[in-house]
Amino acid sequence: MEELKIQPIRNGTVVDHIPQGQALNVLRVLGVDSATRDVVSVAMNVPSDEMGRKDIVKVEDRRIDSKEADLIALIAPDATVNVVDDYDVTEKHDVSMPDEIRGVLACPNPSCITNTREPVETVFDVRDDEIRCEYCGTVLTDEIAEHLA
Amino acid sequence: MDIINTKEMSKDDIVAVLDRAAEIEPSDALDGDVLALLFFEPSTRTRMSFDTAMKRLGGDTVDMGSVESSSVKKGETLADTVRVVEGYADAIVLRHPREGAARLAAEFVDVPVINAGDGAGHHPTQTLLDLYTVRDNVAAALGDLHVGIMGDLKYGRTVHSLAFALAKFGARITFVSPPSLRVPENVRTELGRAGIEFKEVDGVDDVIDTLDVLYATRIQKERFPDEKEYEKVAGEYRVTPETLETARDDLVLMHPLPRVDEIAPDVDETRHAKYFEQAHNGVPVRMAVLDMVM
Ligand SMILES: [Zn+2]
Repeated sequence: MEELKIQPIRNGTVVDHIPQGQALNVLRVLGVDSATRDVVSVAMNVPSDEMGRKDIVKVEDRRIDSKEADLIALIAPDATVNVVDDYDVTEKHDVSMPDEIRGVLACPNPSCITNTREPVETVFDVRDDEIRCEYCGTVLTDEIAEHLA
Repeated sequence: MDIINTKEMSKDDIVAVLDRAAEIEPSDALDGDVLALLFFEPSTRTRMSFDTAMKRLGGDTVDMGSVESSSVKKGETLADTVRVVEGYADAIVLRHPREGAARLAAEFVDVPVINAGDGAGHHPTQTLLDLYTVRDNVAAALGDLHVGIMGDLKYGRTVHSLAFALAKFGARITFVSPPSLRVPENVRTELGRAGIEFKEVDGVDDVIDTLDVLYATRIQKERFPDEKEYEKVAGEYRVTPETLETARDDLVLMHPLPRVDEIAPDVDETRHAKYFEQAHNGVPVRMAVLDMVM
């Protein structure tokens, strides 16, 4: 049944097992926005044996590497990332939380130096499931997707 | 080497600074060296103290002056400012209203950066001089002390750094504050995570007789909805000779200064009052820091 909805792609990346409702946030993490020229398909609320319902994202002609895949772990810790070449899955990544997150998140502390015109990207350290701004020490408490830059 | 915050300094690093401060004498060790003082917000005391420390070691200082008269006013980024100043000086002392400013500065220059306060963040030389003053005035080891930290524990930047530093040595800590000015949740979580035990009480009377050190902090009027509420709280947390009646003879009373109403003037004459000494200790401690990083 799933196969009917998710048509195979020739080249690109399929991100599967995304928690229901997080597909668009996965795209944000990958930097895919309305300006993209990639062919992007999003399936939401797909019935899944393991997850009940899940979301799936496909980005054609783009290879998501393991570093980008780890960013997906921020919002979809059980996601699987399949890189497809000529209709074959040539790489499979399980995602895992990175030690450090650069540039993807904005610091929620309004007086953090990263929330100014300074020429730096944000850096967050991930330790014991705690995500902490390396500049000001603020810990992200609510949904990480809320802090996507 | 940069001095960004004491949290990232090891116990040994801290002890090394305190030991050096204890023995440092005026000299010409930094003859020919120039220290840049970049104060993006006013802090006359800290600035004078660094200035004095540098000159006592035979060095010289250049001062950016007030933000109003500098390029910052024209919208220059901190990253640009420090890269320009790096060409004038052998080290940079930075005070800035935003958290993380010193870390950012350190990323852009090769000369040592000393954080002299970044917003509500850290002020490591203050923490070091606090520790120095404690160590200099008590016979016991830092780890055997019971330290009360009293006043505005919600916004007080110095007290969070001090609590972490004391905890590094194993000191017992009791926070004394009105419920509205308690240690914030994130600091509490971090202390807990670091395995640090602390107590929280509303008033100092119940614990005063067990304290080795009482560290009073400024309670700022702006934090209260109205004048009356401030006066009430300020009155309850004011240290007077009566507060100290049941204190141990060797209790050390500290305050980062300037004080407003937190300590009554007649406490100054008691043997407990160490806050002016504490302020003076800023010089040898900053001399030690400069001597070590330059
Ligand atoms: Zn921050």
